[in-house]
Amino acid sequence: MASLIRSWIPLLILQSFLVAIAFGSKEAEEFSEALLLKPLPDRKVLAHFHFENRAPPSNSHGRHHHLFPKAISQLVQKFRVKEMELSFTQGRWNHEHWGGFDPLSSMNAKPVGVELWAVFDVPQSQVDTSWKNLTHALSGLFCASINFLESSTSYAAPTWGFGTNSDKLRYGSLPREAVCTENLTPWLKLLPCRDKDGISALMNRPSVYRGFYHSQRLHLSTVESGQEGLGSGIVLEQTLTVVLQPETTSVETNMQPSWSLSSLFGRKVVGSCVLAKSSNVYLQLEGRLGHESKNVDTEIEAHKLWKNADFDLSLKPDRVLRESSSLLFIFDIDKSSDSEPFDLGLTWKLPSKWSCQQAPLQATRFLMGSGNERGAIAILLKATESQEKLPGRVVTDGRCTIKANIFQIFPWYVKVYYHTLQIFVDQQQKTDCEVLKKINVSPSTDKVSSGMLEMMLELPCEVKSAAISIEYDKGFLHIDEYPPDANQGFDIPSALISFPSHHASLDFQEELSKSPLLSSFKEKSLVRSYTEVLLVPLTTPDFSMPYNVITITCTIFALYFGSLLNVLRRRIGEEERFLKSQGKKTFGLKQLLSRLTAKIRGRPIEPPSSDSPAAQSSFLSSKLIFKIILVAGAAAAWQYFSTDN
Amino acid sequence: MATEKRDKEEEEVKTDDGSLKIKPRPIVQLGIFLVAHSPVFSVVFSAAGVLALLILPLLAKNTYISENALMPGSARSMLSNRDVSDGSKLVKDIKNYRLNHEGQVQKLIGKYMSEMGAEVYYQKFHPEGNQFHPLHFFSGPDSYTLLDNVSCASYGVNVAGIIRAPRGDGKESIVLVTPYDFINGGDYEALSLGITGTLFSLLARVTWLSKDIIWLVADSRYGDYRPVAAWLTEYHSPSFKDSDLLKCGELNTADKFRRAGTMAAALVLKVDGRSERFEDTLSIYAEASNGQMPNLDLINVVNYLAVHRQGFYVKVEKVVSLLSSSWLKIIGEIFEAVGKLAHTLNPDWNFGIPTADYLEGSATLASSLYSQALGIPTGPHGAFRDYQVDAITLKVSPRFPPDSKTRQHDFFLRGAKLLEGTIRSVNNLLEKFHQSFFLYLLTSPSKFISVGVYMIAFALLVASLPMVAASLYIDGCKALNNSTLNPAGNFKSWKWLDAAKQVFALHLFGLIVTLLPYFICQVPGQHSPSNRSIMWGTTSSSLLLITFATIPGCSPFSSRRHGTNWAVLKSVTISAAFIGLCLMSIINFATAEIGALLLVPTCLIVQPIKPALRSRRIKSLLGAFCSMVLLTIGFPVMLFAISKGLFGEGLVGLSLGGEFWTWLESLWAWKSATYLYIGMVHLPCWLLCLCILFHPS
Repeated sequence: MASLIRSWIPLLILQSFLVAIAFGSKEAEEFSEALLLKPLPDRKVLAHFHFENRAPPSNSHGRHHHLFPKAISQLVQKFRVKEMELSFTQGRWNHEHWGGFDPLSSMNAKPVGVELWAVFDVPQSQVDTSWKNLTHALSGLFCASINFLESSTSYAAPTWGFGTNSDKLRYGSLPREAVCTENLTPWLKLLPCRDKDGISALMNRPSVYRGFYHSQRLHLSTVESGQEGLGSGIVLEQTLTVVLQPETTSVETNMQPSWSLSSLFGRKVVGSCVLAKSSNVYLQLEGRLGHESKNVDTEIEAHKLWKNADFDLSLKPDRVLRESSSLLFIFDIDKSSDSEPFDLGLTWKLPSKWSCQQAPLQATRFLMGSGNERGAIAILLKATESQEKLPGRVVTDGRCTIKANIFQIFPWYVKVYYHTLQIFVDQQQKTDCEVLKKINVSPSTDKVSSGMLEMMLELPCEVKSAAISIEYDKGFLHIDEYPPDANQGFDIPSALISFPSHHASLDFQEELSKSPLLSSFKEKSLVRSYTEVLLVPLTTPDFSMPYNVITITCTIFALYFGSLLNVLRRRIGEEERFLKSQGKKTFGLKQLLSRLTAKIRGRPIEPPSSDSPAAQSSFLSSKLIFKIILVAGAAAAWQYFSTDN
Repeated sequence: MATEKRDKEEEEVKTDDGSLKIKPRPIVQLGIFLVAHSPVFSVVFSAAGVLALLILPLLAKNTYISENALMPGSARSMLSNRDVSDGSKLVKDIKNYRLNHEGQVQKLIGKYMSEMGAEVYYQKFHPEGNQFHPLHFFSGPDSYTLLDNVSCASYGVNVAGIIRAPRGDGKESIVLVTPYDFINGGDYEALSLGITGTLFSLLARVTWLSKDIIWLVADSRYGDYRPVAAWLTEYHSPSFKDSDLLKCGELNTADKFRRAGTMAAALVLKVDGRSERFEDTLSIYAEASNGQMPNLDLINVVNYLAVHRQGFYVKVEKVVSLLSSSWLKIIGEIFEAVGKLAHTLNPDWNFGIPTADYLEGSATLASSLYSQALGIPTGPHGAFRDYQVDAITLKVSPRFPPDSKTRQHDFFLRGAKLLEGTIRSVNNLLEKFHQSFFLYLLTSPSKFISVGVYMIAFALLVASLPMVAASLYIDGCKALNNSTLNPAGNFKSWKWLDAAKQVFALHLFGLIVTLLPYFICQVPGQHSPSNRSIMWGTTSSSLLLITFATIPGCSPFSSRRHGTNWAVLKSVTISAAFIGLCLMSIINFATAEIGALLLVPTCLIVQPIKPALRSRRIKSLLGAFCSMVLLTIGFPVMLFAISKGLFGEGLVGLSLGGEFWTWLESLWAWKSATYLYIGMVHLPCWLLCLCILFHPS
């Protein structure tokens, strides 16, 4: 029996190996594309492009990829990146009108400029090195100055305030980075069809950059295979979120504008990207519209969903999904072709109004004080209207509370006095222990590292407003540390406000949805919002006048050292005695002249002539007058002749 | 310069002591020469100082746009008739609303703003006046003082709308202010809302904005300045504590205040009265508190666009009475003649300007100097300067009556185009205003005198003071040596101590007099300004008497034995005046300039009157008369009366004391350093000059 088993073992091993290979080949690289369109309450339209690229776990390095971009996989392998997100944003997300409590906004509302965070899978001591190398690699890859995040004064290591609990996390942002096509092109190069085919063909640069908000995001995470000897798989998620204003001809201001894909982007979709596993277009209608029709049983009812008194869709949706407050129309673009391009249009017939779900508290941040003296940074949290309806309240000790995390990086030249932290809840000043549950402060070091503040506030549920203020002093920079256009001021990066007890997700009833976009919406994501970037005016030297500075400093030095040397060296008494003995005999100039002539002639110094000093002085003065007259005459003559010409 | 002079004096004294005939260094020689001939040089320097001041209009340079990024007028205006009709509709609506309804026009304006797509909020403020506090000078904008017992009887409501720049990052903003009295506002005032409404309609749909736009309609029921200042305080240093004011009225304004980043610039627009000229007139007001000016580039941009694009007649304020003064005309003619002569000698010398231009220039310059010296802002823009925001007030006077519909359209279009161009220029700025001048005087909207030029006049005026002080000190020492033979006379270096004591005592007295109004204000009960001024006068004079009585040698009437030598006293007085003027020139140059014009001749000319009367020589009698006249003019109250007469604000009657009190009250309420100057430099020096005049020598 034992021998039988022993003879079976190699066979079993072989079989399992074969199975593994078969599975591996089955789990091939996948690419999917999707576009979500969503009319916004303030007469704008949101377009969210979503591309997902999955590379399954593999056991060999330097493996050839079919679809997955090689640049990214090399990046992951080289720097052992566990998770990373890079976003380029232009414009501000309007939390009031565009929503703040759905997965779309909590993931895609990003701070202005560049934001990068990464979690590494390396020993603690190597994290900073990996971060620095990664910033340089990304900088080259995306044509952006991400390499400025290399310096230790510009990034921080959040512990829990960022939402991801890891000690190997690094976070940095560049608020002043301008975002344009040179950042979009390398991003598109990572897609298998680039912008030649499929949904990405819609990305007409002028129309994409004409929008009110533009955020391109790249998120990658590694998936552990769980098997020994097998590497990790990578999931690359690329999204582009734009908010566009449809061109409208109607004069009526309360009517939502009608639009179509071609009017928004100036292009149409002709067929999907052939390499994509799925390519769908979604249209999400929020608010009142979702509630209207409950039964979708009959064909007529279903038809009514997309062609009714309120609005009209130009194409028949393939499927309709329902969520608690919104409707989702799904269109498959595989059917479209050159002759029959996919051009979805939405025509409004009646004025309609709805509002987006907002985060429990709306955050604004501003500077207090003025001029070059001390100032303060204030963060104001205001309760939104939808606060009471939201789930996620925590009842502790019989009190209902809302938790809010605040994560903020301070550049070193903003010297924050952490002891001046003041918290006001509903215009009442609170002591720290009342509302502050957790706080983590890492003070900045001049020219070495930036400061970081992480706070967890526990506010009562019925809170109307809360204000946090913290004072700071402005530091002085060395002259060559000033960036170009220093007179504009210096940026303080956005603060991140997240609500750890609130999670946003869209739950569509049907389980059929296998689309990566929908599954990412289904995942519970932390509700977070970024505040504005602040501009701190610092004292700046007058760069255009180095000459003045040099002159003034030289004068001061000359005066100081001259008088100091005089005081130290000169002995007035001695000099007087010397002058008394010598003064009557010779005049300084005369003596010098005679010495000079003696030197020239090579003879010893002749004793001065015995002329009376009075005669000499009178002679000298007449000579002087003569000289002056001569010079003045010459000057007058020159002036006369020069003006003649 | 001052230290150099002192050095010279010291050297000079040293050589004087040791009776050695050594030839000193040339620089010392020059010092000795200057001090020895100080009467001549002081007259020459002072005359040159006055001449340099008179010559300033000739030296004015044309303004130019220093910051290249501004690019004024390079973009085509995008204003359409639709925008103008929006603005006209707003004005019409306001008129109708005020005819039919009693209530808040603010809501109507707020509705208009939100229809344009702006974020709107209302702000309540309390019209509390500025309180004088001696320690609040130079302390910047006062921190938000919480008022405990706020009455709901009087409060104002500001409306503000913010247009967010579509693709901007929200770090910076541009502020437009239109003061409007919601209760008694006239038709002309409503026009300013029309212009801004027109502009707002445009800005709400343009895509080129990089900075957010804030439009503040300030409730000017309680003056133009107060609502703007209250709004700025709330913007920059809000109180997170509970305020009773929020509960007043039905309008709920709690937690609605919105901000839009650092302010890059602010424009205040006002429309008032009908233009006297054929064209529409635009007056520019720029002076903020303590003579601070906005960056010259801002004025340049507005002036350039108004003159070259929109055809406004641009003017800055001037002293009208100077335009018709004959002495200035004669001076102008002389300068014109000299200029012509120079031009014939060398065609490149083109400094001569016509007499009419000279008169205009000097009238504007005088007004510019006066406004800066007074230290009181000339409009609501002053509130912005306290927060280091460059701001100016534009006062537009249309040439048509306010009810003319046809002209209104054109007026709105041009006004809005001017503002659009200015905003577009500021919007282009990447950095804040820093390129052009901050220290300047205007002689016309397109001509300015920079600090490097106008400080020459002051330097010349002041230069004679240390020279005269040194020579007087030497004279005084000699006189003392001759008169007293006591052994104490050997401590020659301490001779100035008695005089310094007196000077110090009087300066201390000046400080107390400066602080007295604060305590007088604390006196319970309602008092009229005249009563208060009488209280102030009596306390001050009794204090002065006490000072004279208690400190021996202080009084001019003390016996001769106790009294110090008048020359030494004058020397120390002049030194004190010199130091005071130099310090003031750093704080507010215009005040120091005008102060020097008054103080320097007085200090130089004053001499004991008794010997002059005794000698009965015409020269000394003339001197005594001159010093009497100068001292009479130099008395602060007298000065106030003269300046009132000069600026044509009506003759001053019996209520002079009261008016003077109100004037001073306004000075300290605006935290003007001029008040400190009058109390702590001018008054003590004037008193010391009196002491010298009545010195029993």
